[in-house]
Amino acid sequence: MNLNLTLIGQAIAFAVFVWFCMKFVWPPVMQALQERQKKIADGLDAASRATRDLELAEEQAAEQLKESKEQAAQIIEQAHKRANQMIEEARDNARLEGERMIESARGEIEQETQRAKEELRAQVATLAIQGAERILDSSIDEARHRELVDKLAAEL
Amino acid sequence: MATGDNLTTTAYIQHHLQNLTFGLHPENGWSFATSAEQATEMGFWAIHVDTMAWSIGLGILFLWVFRMAAKTATTGVPSGLQNFVEMMVEFVDNSVRETFHGKSKLIAPLSLTIFCWIFLMNLMDLVPVDFLPMLAQKIGALFGADPSHVYFKVVPTTDVNATLGMSLSVFALIIFYSIREKGFSGFVAELTLHPFNASNPFVQALLIPVNFLLEAVTLLAKPVSLALRLFGNLYAGELIFILIAMVGLWQLPLHFAWATFHILIITLQAFIFMMLTIVYLSMASEKH
Repeated sequence: MNLNLTLIGQAIAFAVFVWFCMKFVWPPVMQALQERQKKIADGLDAASRATRDLELAEEQAAEQLKESKEQAAQIIEQAHKRANQMIEEARDNARLEGERMIESARGEIEQETQRAKEELRAQVATLAIQGAERILDSSIDEARHRELVDKLAAEL
Repeated sequence: MATGDNLTTTAYIQHHLQNLTFGLHPENGWSFATSAEQATEMGFWAIHVDTMAWSIGLGILFLWVFRMAAKTATTGVPSGLQNFVEMMVEFVDNSVRETFHGKSKLIAPLSLTIFCWIFLMNLMDLVPVDFLPMLAQKIGALFGADPSHVYFKVVPTTDVNATLGMSLSVFALIIFYSIREKGFSGFVAELTLHPFNASNPFVQALLIPVNFLLEAVTLLAKPVSLALRLFGNLYAGELIFILIAMVGLWQLPLHFAWATFHILIITLQAFIFMMLTIVYLSMASEKH
């Protein structure tokens, strides 16, 4: 229990230990700790950023999908409309064409009939006159009766 | 009771509480003290070889282990030793941050050294009391010394020199920090103008000696209480271990019980010494 040189020796040893600890032990350990802390913080940061990016990308994808669905629906609707229109047009054209063809056929028939009538008319007069000539022989005044028969033929 | 049948109980205890002293004896010159009286006669010019050897050895052990971990410290996944060292460093760093608000590169490593070193020195208390002294006696006998004159005290913190050496170093730091933060005049003012204060210069002059007396006691009580608290706790613990060692077979359960309880004291005293150092230094570096 005597106070002696040990006191000073202890103080010196203590000072040396503290100096060593301050110089060679504390800084590297602290640095490692801080670097790891930073690394972990960075990692967590990156993870949360990635999650956010993923969410964003998913949102974008969903939006694009919706848009393209809408576009597709629009295109299909347009195509339907267009097809209906085309069918309608084709139908109209066909009808018009048909009507025109019927019209022209009718005109031709009319013409034909008219011509046939003309021919008949011409021939009827001749036939009637020939027939009458035969029936009456030549007893009839051709000039007089021709007028009459022409009149008759015109009535046909 | 391994030191021989010719020793009485008192002699056994005294033998255990005597340091291995090397010093300048008035008659024998520089030599090892062969009795407590001789050690006392040596006065100041003597050194406790066992205290010095164990404390320096344990200090080097602490620094070696921590330095090894520090050198291989990685920022990746830490290994077992690095984990332990980092845990200690963080624990001390947190304690310092909570208490000491100034900026200092010294306080945290100082606290770590104090905590680990004192803990290791206290830990020697758990080695059975006769084990290492017996070994020392055998070694001493090899060198031709009388075994009953080979004293050996294993726990450095049961030597008041060791604890006082540390607390006086802390005391020096307290004064250094006080002067650095407040200037010399500020330090003197703190010692003389508190706690009593008067606006009348004449009354103030009368109060200065009173203030100085009070503040000086407060200041000096810090290192003394710091040293004696650690010393007293460990000395008493050691004494109880020695007493337990003398009760025959019953010492086994008693020793176990006391050792278990002592683990708490060992850690607590190391922690208290560290915390009080931080508190004193933070008080010294803060303006009132």
